Amino acid sequence: MAKVDFHSVRKSYGQLEVIHGVDARVADGEFIVIVGPSGCGKSTLLRMVAGLESITAGEIAIGDRIVNELEPKDRDIAMVFQNYALYPHMSVYDNMAYGLRIRGMSKEEIDQRVRKAGGILELGPLLQRKPRQLSGGQRQRVAMGRAIVREPKVFLMDEPLSNLDAKLRVSTRTQIAALQARLGITTVYVTHDQVEAMTMGDRVAVMKDGILQQVDTPLRLYEAPANVFVAGFIGSPAMNLFTVDLVPDGARLGDEVLPMSREILAAAHSRGLSQATYGVRPESFQPGDGQGLSVAVTLVEALGSDAYMYGAIGGDGGQNVVARVDPKRPPRKGETVRLMPTAEEVYVFDVKTGDRLGAGPPS
Amino acid sequence: MDVSTVPERKARLPFLARFNMLPRTILRARREGMVENRPLLDVLTHVVLIVGVAVIAFPVYVTFVASTITAEQVLAAPMPLVPGPHLIDNYREALLRGAGNSAAPVWIMMVNSLVSALIIAIGKIAISLISAFAIVYFRFPMRNFFFWMIFVTLMLPVEVRILPTYKIVSDLGMLDSYAGLTLPLIASATATFLFRQFFLTIPDELAEAARIDGAGPMRFFWDVVIPMSKTSMAALFVIQFIYGWNQYLWPLIVTTQENYYTVVIGIKRMIVGGGDAAIEWQLVMATAIMAMLPPAAVVILMQRWFVKGLVDTEK
Repeated sequence: MAKVDFHSVRKSYGQLEVIHGVDARVADGEFIVIVGPSGCGKSTLLRMVAGLESITAGEIAIGDRIVNELEPKDRDIAMVFQNYALYPHMSVYDNMAYGLRIRGMSKEEIDQRVRKAGGILELGPLLQRKPRQLSGGQRQRVAMGRAIVREPKVFLMDEPLSNLDAKLRVSTRTQIAALQARLGITTVYVTHDQVEAMTMGDRVAVMKDGILQQVDTPLRLYEAPANVFVAGFIGSPAMNLFTVDLVPDGARLGDEVLPMSREILAAAHSRGLSQATYGVRPESFQPGDGQGLSVAVTLVEALGSDAYMYGAIGGDGGQNVVARVDPKRPPRKGETVRLMPTAEEVYVFDVKTGDRLGAGPPS
Repeated sequence: MDVSTVPERKARLPFLARFNMLPRTILRARREGMVENRPLLDVLTHVVLIVGVAVIAFPVYVTFVASTITAEQVLAAPMPLVPGPHLIDNYREALLRGAGNSAAPVWIMMVNSLVSALIIAIGKIAISLISAFAIVYFRFPMRNFFFWMIFVTLMLPVEVRILPTYKIVSDLGMLDSYAGLTLPLIASATATFLFRQFFLTIPDELAEAARIDGAGPMRFFWDVVIPMSKTSMAALFVIQFIYGWNQYLWPLIVTTQENYYTVVIGIKRMIVGGGDAAIEWQLVMATAIMAMLPPAAVVILMQRWFVKGLVDTEK
């Protein structure tokens, strides 16, 4: 077990820089999820920790040891790949035992470790099978097993669930999180799925275009996004973002003036902004009695416990809005409703830099 | 095909139907109602197949018959078409004494052929595996240049480069030796290319997983790449064994001592027949039959692997 430190880590392919200086610390025993859209450099960063990609500049340390120049096998890590990368000609047992054999471990110890991992992951009856005789979920567990038997300092997981079907993904998600908590091994987990990130991680690192946007607990990311990207990326359905004109008593969108706290207005004024990006989460809309945005309902998703309505401001062609509505009495398609953002739950961002205005989370 | 499913399938293929591009089975089933009920076609296809088999098999049968009768009977017209009683005598004589004036005993030639074909097949596979591994998994200067160099040699079979190759082999003193018989035939662009293509289909993650497991390149080669290539190796072995066994021109040039003749040259030598010596056709035919057996055995024994290697890769 060990912490992992990133010190201004950069990665370039020739002229092209894909990771622009990452600074972060993963605490001992922590489960950190790196999440971001595809191509943001999250897998590259993980592979740099694994030693599969060289580090162009900066330092990565595992424990107290700088690992920049170390071979993957000397870094004391184990990795789970997206396609599992099981050796197709070896049995499940041999797949798990291979790394231990190379390390010259005794037969008894290997056997004991493999059987223990097989027990944890319920692979017992499958140990003599070949990977091609297993289902997707079973292969995924073998890949996990191969990582566990090594008893490494750090687990690295590169989208290990994306080849599973939706239902299995949900159950495996909780299994992995529980397993990590039980073993207490520092884990860096890469995914593009924000639900995975929010449900699994002790902390989540949101990444975009090779830059870490924010590293925080899932709840803090949701309640206090550092910038407009994090705000839009975290949460499902996504936050509504409008470009608004700033006026003395709030934000003007079309003919309506939307509420905004004094503190944020002051922050916007001190930046000398005339426009801002106004963010409202779907659940932060209230039905406005004759006030607020006039929205023509185009679609209603009734999920039973929740209901979301999708619509366009001011009818067809207007900006799209999604709002959570009362699941007992959802509006009907084609109706026009008035929606009013709750002033205390509104986020406002600098239009140019994307930074969130005002300090601290909205109370 | 079950006729009852036809309308349903057609319904699913309106786009194809409009362009008159429905699968042929559907069209035929629609036209005739039943697919199986075509006795005339059945008879015709069988006749064609039987004629084809006869054309191929009859000469082999004649060879076999000729190897079981006496020399006089072979030369009699017409030659009998029923096997005679001298099978064991003829084969024993060919194996132990040979035939004609200048030929060595067939068993020596069989051993020579077997040894050369095995060395060629195994050598080709070993060298191609290693060179393909180098080309696919290592980054070294001019990697592509070397790959193309290997590829270009595909255009230079033994027959084209026979004079310079002979000169080199002779300068190295390898005439009349197994080394001379096999070494120039071992380098194989085809096999290198095939293995390269196969290695390219192995996911990169497998190599990375092995790196994290602590396997060095050669360990990865030995523990992962070679076991995964088994079926391809088997398919290549069959092809290359037959290639080696059937070599004629090169062994003819590079050997002068009868002890190093391969069986394919041996047969040729037997029917050249020096001077007035009569050609012992029954022995020549026995030799021919024996020369056919090992390649046939290799194909039959390895058929399952061979097909598997050509059709699928164990992934």
